[in-house]
Amino acid sequence: MIFAVGLDHFLLLGALLFVCGAVCMATKRNAIGILMGVELVLNAATINFVAFARYNPVFQVEGQIFALFVIVLAAAEAAIALAIVLNFYNNHMTVDVDTAEELKG
Amino acid sequence: MTLTDVLFYLLAATTGICALAVVVTQNIVRAAAWLLFTLGGVSGLFFLLGADFVGATQLLVYVGGTLVLVVFGVMLTAQGPFINMRISAAEWAIALSVGLILYGVLAASLVISKQLEPSAGQSVSGEMADSTVLGQSLLGQSQAAPAGYLAGIPASVSRERKKMSYLLPFEIVSVHLLVVLIGAAYLARAKRRRSAVVPASSPQRGDGRTNGQQLGVTV
Repeated sequence: MIFAVGLDHFLLLGALLFVCGAVCMATKRNAIGILMGVELVLNAATINFVAFARYNPVFQVEGQIFALFVIVLAAAEAAIALAIVLNFYNNHMTVDVDTAEELKG
Repeated sequence: MTLTDVLFYLLAATTGICALAVVVTQNIVRAAAWLLFTLGGVSGLFFLLGADFVGATQLLVYVGGTLVLVVFGVMLTAQGPFINMRISAAEWAIALSVGLILYGVLAASLVISKQLEPSAGQSVSGEMADSTVLGQSLLGQSQAAPAGYLAGIPASVSRERKKMSYLLPFEIVSVHLLVVLIGAAYLARAKRRRSAVVPASSPQRGDGRTNGQQLGVTV
């Protein structure tokens, strides 16, 4: 009976993706690696939204609509983040985030 | 175990293992490849849940658009020493322990919240709204929630509502996307590098981690 898939299984998978994304953001030194961590976290949130849309009748439409908004905003965020990374690379010849220290007091 | 359960466990194993591989691998190009399989597995889960439109959007926008952007970013920036950026074993140990603690907290909160309030997260396998209902609710032509109440508010508290439309958020998101893309094109436009114009003025870093002039030759 515990193998029957329910809401909890999707929430646990979303939690796994969230933790992977958070650890990825914390450990990568490459700026694009950090961007990949952000994508993982956003996907975890999207899984939770769609799972709630399936298993809770109140969120039937809202879950899917917010998932769509998350996907579109993630595309915008990736575009602007990559523009910033390319600009940083043009000026510094590296994408190592440890060298971005000009604003350090 | 039904076919749905078997499919769920296959897709969940694919997604989880590939997400772990994104974190573990040190090569940024391989991380992009693992991220591709993770996003594909997530869209498969959406199809399994019955959210056809969200799954198709995930494939088109995320796998087809965002990941291509990321791969272009990798190709434009990753060369020589920047493909592999290693971190020390102590940092790995800290990251592993923090990740395990975080996952333990999340899983424990899920279990405890079910014990405290058994009716909260009950799995009612309702029907999934198809893309027609989604499009109508984005245009304000249909009732978004079935009973006419706002999501997250109990039916006894909320007032009656005729229509719930997401037309204004939809418009805001579309204008936001336009502004962001124009801004990104402005930020990332091609211009002359500082080191190419005046090589002497490129900052020399004492730790020898980067040297703008040496790398500028290889570009």
